[in-house]
Amino acid sequence: MAEQEQKQPQRDRSSEDAEQVEEQAGDTGVELTDKIDDLLDEIDTVLEENAEEFVKNYVQKGGE
Amino acid sequence: MTGGSVHKVLGTETEFGITIRNQADFNPVLASSLVINSYAGERARIQWSYEEESPGRDARGFGYEPAPAPDFETGLVNAVLTNGARFYVDHAHPEYSTPECYDPLEAALYDKAGEVILARAVAAAQRTLTDGERVLVHKNNSDGKGNSYGAHENVLLARSLPFGEIVRHLIGFLVSRQVVTGSGKVGSENGRPPATFQISQRADFFEEEVGLETTLKRPIVNTRDEPHAEPGAYRRLHVIIGDATRSEVQTFVKLGSLSLFLAALEDGALGEPVTLAEPVQSVWRISHDPTLRCTVPLADGTTATALDLQWGFLEQLAKFGEAGGADNVGREALRLWEEILTDLEQDPLSTADRLDWTAKLALLEGYRDRDGLTWDDPKLRLLDLQYHDVDPERGLYHRLVQAGRMRRLFTDEAVTKAAHEPPERTRAYFRGRCVSKFEDSLVAANWDSLIFDVGEDALKRVPMMEPLRGGKERVASLIDDSATAADLVRALGGEHGGTGAEATST
Repeated sequence: MAEQEQKQPQRDRSSEDAEQVEEQAGDTGVELTDKIDDLLDEIDTVLEENAEEFVKNYVQKGGE
Repeated sequence: MTGGSVHKVLGTETEFGITIRNQADFNPVLASSLVINSYAGERARIQWSYEEESPGRDARGFGYEPAPAPDFETGLVNAVLTNGARFYVDHAHPEYSTPECYDPLEAALYDKAGEVILARAVAAAQRTLTDGERVLVHKNNSDGKGNSYGAHENVLLARSLPFGEIVRHLIGFLVSRQVVTGSGKVGSENGRPPATFQISQRADFFEEEVGLETTLKRPIVNTRDEPHAEPGAYRRLHVIIGDATRSEVQTFVKLGSLSLFLAALEDGALGEPVTLAEPVQSVWRISHDPTLRCTVPLADGTTATALDLQWGFLEQLAKFGEAGGADNVGREALRLWEEILTDLEQDPLSTADRLDWTAKLALLEGYRDRDGLTWDDPKLRLLDLQYHDVDPERGLYHRLVQAGRMRRLFTDEAVTKAAHEPPERTRAYFRGRCVSKFEDSLVAANWDSLIFDVGEDALKRVPMMEPLRGGKERVASLIDDSATAADLVRALGGEHGGTGAEATST
């Protein structure tokens, strides 16, 4: 890790920045949706079958 | 870390969820043994010596509480790995304890190496099962039905730091850090108020502020006092309130912020602590609000959000770091922590490339949007669970990594190496190298000693009470030059100090 100047943390709660972030997201919103849909399609192929039965039968003993 | 503090040697222990699909007589203890034996083979016969362990000792100075029921664990499978880790059956789970690491970055690496070890163990165990049976292991902390298993962080502390001081400062830190350390969960359990999605896997299970228990009435600050090191000089803080994390950045920030916090506390660099008015309720309340807007009451009559509290801690620790309290690794942890807090404040989902809880939430929201699912749909619970599957094909965390959606800190090569080779700057180096080279003569091990059978009447015990002794610099040539364990023990006996003490007969 490069040596770097440590600055004091700057907490920034201005709403302007939040709006800017939303705009940026808006510009590429369609593309992002496409990408997440591709990912969900891919995940569909590896998801355990019979979600309800699998989740119901997933019982662990307590530990620690 | 500098000043008056003890170097923060640290490590993690993780209990993994386990199940075998399509096996009518599934038994979690047998399944855990199968997974460990399949990976460790012959190494699974190295005994774990409990001689120096005292899990009933209480840091508050109450002396001993009644010993647990007859040593249930000694008959179970135990393996000591070449990377210095312990891999064993604990209760009804496979458990991986990292070797002692020199700093939080190394600890995050060895925590990740544990996932690779479990994935390989699962693959090896799978080859022994009949058609249709499938073994699945999850790095999670809850089955969603009121059963929880742990992911603990362990940090070396100076014995001179009064335990009451640790408790006073630590509660606010541990309660608020969930927003940074959570791995996310659909629903709530253990009698807590209903929730659709919450930040932490573990929050619902905490019921006390301080205590010795880990399996019932879990406390925010656990008082187990079992240093696994020179007891006059050290404590080991055993942190049980934390989620098992998959994200490398998150694991690093979780461990880095904790170790800086403890170093600053030891150095007297923290001001008066923020005191929560209702610590236990605040654990649940913070976890149950993924918008991060909820406030919790403070003892002075004011209120604060978890982010308010975390910013306060970050500011104090950044000052401590600037004053020489942080090395490069500590400074990087501070930088990433600040980045996460900044992004959480703008939009929690913008941290989905770094935090498990937001990565999981983004995935669940994607499914909800696409398929019109309500929060009680079993598919969402399945997604929640499968996020944690250690199998690189099935595990959804792995799918996010493969899709380039998770930031990483380590290369696959570095993780693979850490699955086999020990850290070089702690006594784990000595342990790991001895397992590699003298396995046939190593009859038992624990964190602070190794016991060899060198063909004489008495076994030889090599104590390692100093966690920072026994590293590569000190013992590599000694191990390299010893053809047998007998040579090694002889050399240690003559040298008085390879690992901190000579070998003794036992």
